[in-house]
Amino acid sequence: MTQRDLPALSIVELQGLFRRREVSPVEALQALEDQINASNGRIGAYLVRDVAVAAAEAEKADVSLPLGGIPIAIKDLINVKGQQCSCASKILRGYRAPYSATAIERLRAQGAIPFGRMNMDEFAMGSSTENSGVQITRNPWDLSRVPGGSSGGSAAAVAADIALGALGTDTGGSIRQPAAFCGIVGFKPSYGRVSRFGLVAFASSLDQIGPLTKTVHDCALLMNAIAGHDSHDSTSLDVPVPDYTKHLGGDVKGVRIGLAKEYLIEGIDPTVRHAVLAAVKQLESLGAEIIELSLPHTEYAISVYYILATAEASANLARFDGVRYGQRTENVTSLFDHYARTRAEGFGPEVKRRIILGTYVLSSGYYEAYYLRAQKVRELIRRDFAEAFKQVDALVSPTSPGLAFKLGEKATDPLQMYLADIFTNAANLAGICGISIPCGFAEIEGGKKLPIGLQLLGKSLGEARILQLAHAYEQSTDWHKMRPALSPITA
Amino acid sequence: MASKVDVAHIAQLARLQLTAAEADLFEKQLGAVLKYVEKLTEVNVEGVEPAAHAVPIFNVFREDKPFNWFSAAQALSNAPQQANNLFIVTKVVE
Repeated sequence: MTQRDLPALSIVELQGLFRRREVSPVEALQALEDQINASNGRIGAYLVRDVAVAAAEAEKADVSLPLGGIPIAIKDLINVKGQQCSCASKILRGYRAPYSATAIERLRAQGAIPFGRMNMDEFAMGSSTENSGVQITRNPWDLSRVPGGSSGGSAAAVAADIALGALGTDTGGSIRQPAAFCGIVGFKPSYGRVSRFGLVAFASSLDQIGPLTKTVHDCALLMNAIAGHDSHDSTSLDVPVPDYTKHLGGDVKGVRIGLAKEYLIEGIDPTVRHAVLAAVKQLESLGAEIIELSLPHTEYAISVYYILATAEASANLARFDGVRYGQRTENVTSLFDHYARTRAEGFGPEVKRRIILGTYVLSSGYYEAYYLRAQKVRELIRRDFAEAFKQVDALVSPTSPGLAFKLGEKATDPLQMYLADIFTNAANLAGICGISIPCGFAEIEGGKKLPIGLQLLGKSLGEARILQLAHAYEQSTDWHKMRPALSPITA
Repeated sequence: MASKVDVAHIAQLARLQLTAAEADLFEKQLGAVLKYVEKLTEVNVEGVEPAAHAVPIFNVFREDKPFNWFSAAQALSNAPQQANNLFIVTKVVE
């Protein structure tokens, strides 16, 4: 073990070294910073980071705490007091958070050090991180491809061993899909499980903060820290949080796993289909019972999602008006001109497109046909899952129908980009939890490999069971041990 | 459902200035999205209550107690323009 191997460790492994006093948090942070300096230029995962602030926290770290001295990378829309929070948007250039999100306070209470602001699609709107108003992020497995999105910076950093773990957010798949594209673990908690206080809102009825990690055990540790009721978020659920790590390692014999026919449709990449079906067999060999079932309203999820998410976004983003914070245009002729030009200059194309769509579906004459109808179909989707979870403990599917695509490949066709979220959107609409874990690789040109993600969905507040199942699968395979061949430091 | 969005009108409602090229492009792209979501008309939603949230929680109250939150200086820390502990805004009355 040399210094430069430290960032490649899991959180659990690094914590062990800290507790045995073999390595100090200050040394680990320095090793991480060295690795970021070596690799981030190629990946583009970090927007900014403040080493001095993190080093001061590392000096004082209490390694007896569950996350003592562990640096965690933070998606750039979760407020950390004193640090930038730009949402990768020009409109929030220079914004410094005057307070910390509850999820950040809780990470700190467990000893973690929030370190680094991670690139993302602007305001979390996108599935490739190409909509960032700052920079693109590249997939560590193939630098000509996207890392997925919107939490692409968080996912790419963990996969490239330039972060121990990260926080992202998932509104329609924005943690799970980049985790799948980058070959790591990404978890979307049930709606209300993690406080949204201090998270810049995209679609308030869908957003959740969650972890991106190298292993399921690390994911459980971060969930232990961030989950729980918060009086600052009226949608947070006042339900006790189990110790998720205690649920790992148990027997999965007799666990009932549903395979919905609507999730194995035409158009899935054959390598993805093959890997997912092999994973289902593997789960069966571990003792799980596979039950075929139907989620009849699945095909409507994307339509419902893009109506409701854009409607909520158009309202949430009204606050960016150049009055109290953010960029403000100059030489204004009227208040309307102030608003319209400030927002024209500050927002990128995808954000504008979604504000227009969201405003449209809420506008007089169209509200009932689009917004209200979408809310009703949302209820039907929710019921589909409620029925399914009477029969099964978990549902299995691909995380994404395809592999990480080329930079620019879908950038000019928003509808094609939206369709990439086909297997992830419904979980947000129904408020249930879901994880993506690596389940194989596809060979591509030039001898390269791209990771494939397996999605396991669980009922609302069923996190412990999903983590247990994901852990059992992970431990029975070697996929999570694979790393991209991007040699981080040239010795 | 309509398949054509009056983007100029909607942009006004959204307080968002668009170039002619942006308006054209969005009209085409959003037309395609709206055509796609037309499939929602196939669904029988008779008697279905709309779901605003996936988790039904209503009327969450907290105690009405004062607590320390931002000072004026903190609230103004990101203001584009400020003076005398106040935000400077664009003139709204002539």
